[in-house]
Amino acid sequence: MTQLENEITSLKTEVINMWILVQSQMNKAREAMMQFDKDLAREVVMKEKRVNAFELKIDRDCENIFALYCPVAVDLRFLLAVLKINNNLERIGDIADGIAKYVIESPVNFDKKMLETTQVTRMYQDAINILMDTRIAFEKEDTILARSIFKRDEVLDTINRGANTNIGALIKEDVKIMDEALYILSIIRKLERVGDQAKNIAEEIIFYIEAKVLKHQEVKK
Amino acid sequence: MEHTIVRTEKFNAYFGANHVVKDVNISIPKNNVVAVMGPSGCGKTTFLRCINRMHELIAGATCEGEMLLNNEDVYDMHPIFVRLKIGMVFQRPNPFPNLSIYDNVIAGYKLNGIKMAKAEKDKIVENSLSRAALWNEVKDSLHKKGTFLSGGQQQRLCIARAIAMEPEVLLLDEPTSALDPISTASVEELLFELKKNYTLIIVTHNMQQAARVSDRTAFFYLGELVEYDDTKQMFTNPKDTRTQNYITGRFS
Repeated sequence: MTQLENEITSLKTEVINMWILVQSQMNKAREAMMQFDKDLAREVVMKEKRVNAFELKIDRDCENIFALYCPVAVDLRFLLAVLKINNNLERIGDIADGIAKYVIESPVNFDKKMLETTQVTRMYQDAINILMDTRIAFEKEDTILARSIFKRDEVLDTINRGANTNIGALIKEDVKIMDEALYILSIIRKLERVGDQAKNIAEEIIFYIEAKVLKHQEVKK
Repeated sequence: MEHTIVRTEKFNAYFGANHVVKDVNISIPKNNVVAVMGPSGCGKTTFLRCINRMHELIAGATCEGEMLLNNEDVYDMHPIFVRLKIGMVFQRPNPFPNLSIYDNVIAGYKLNGIKMAKAEKDKIVENSLSRAALWNEVKDSLHKKGTFLSGGQQQRLCIARAIAMEPEVLLLDEPTSALDPISTASVEELLFELKKNYTLIIVTHNMQQAARVSDRTAFFYLGELVEYDDTKQMFTNPKDTRTQNYITGRFS
């Protein structure tokens, strides 16, 4: 194994570790939302610093590899993809942090029935599964799995598009739930962004492995 | 449409029974820089030396197939004429040690017995040294020996000597491998300028240099031309696994 291969292997491990941390942040923020557990939410906010530290470390490692090894071909594509994946993961970390902060700020418990009616529970689980599968696709260099993310992101988009109507109807029924309902609407918006970030990551995985650029293509990917 | 200046058809070269260049088909467009790369012993320098018929100067060296310059086979031309049309710059700067900078530039004319008026010689010297980006540095010391110059300047003097003969193609065999990074950068900068007037074929072991200076890159392995493509394509998404393994340093 060349030194560049060693560097790339350890960078990949580092990205996977960041991914696992971000997944854990999303899971904990979900649990905090479901159980209205403010302590767990505070833990997510505290750990956000670790996600940021990962981002800086990975950026720095990429910079060093570019400077020291002048990578080309698949190595170059890998590094370009990692720079963008790193950025997307950090934003998903921000989303988990944002959801946790809603739990901390909200003066009332989120109603379980409302969580079900608005499909936020299902949406959250889908977002977490998509995030996990993009990681597996990255780890195993599986472009079939990466391509499956595009369709699954559409499910999140559909729930998001219907959210205004659903939540509007709930507020009309009982205006007292307004604050709670608006928090849930904001969470739905954030989860939709997780889908977008995962889709961007899937595009980067395909670029790295197949050298195909799928960004900004409306045709079937 | 790009005009092809050098083209080969099933070109083979041998040292005795040793088959070193195998069935190479390549088309080199005019005013392009083409980098030839590959591991040591892959036949890239031999191929380069076949283009201007330097290969045949070695005892036991032979070749077959077509080597066309503007659609005419160079092996049907007089070798001296071929070398006037296809100049060469070598790995180590090799100005004639006993000649001045001025005489080095016009050495090709002198050696070929071409007589010229002083004004004409002056014009050729100034023109060639300017094109080689050396004029401003040496215009006040044209009658000093060429060997007093730095390595990078000597190599640019050799390039000036080659282009003084107004060739169509310039072959460069690892022209910066003996130079420091500053001199390398000045020679590379020069290559960008030279391609406006000449077609350049450069053999290099330095992949970053191939990526920086060339429009197209050819990868040779075990005497075969494995891949020949646009340089950006070769360095981002090569088609052949052997090319990818070589440029990423995973070659075994």
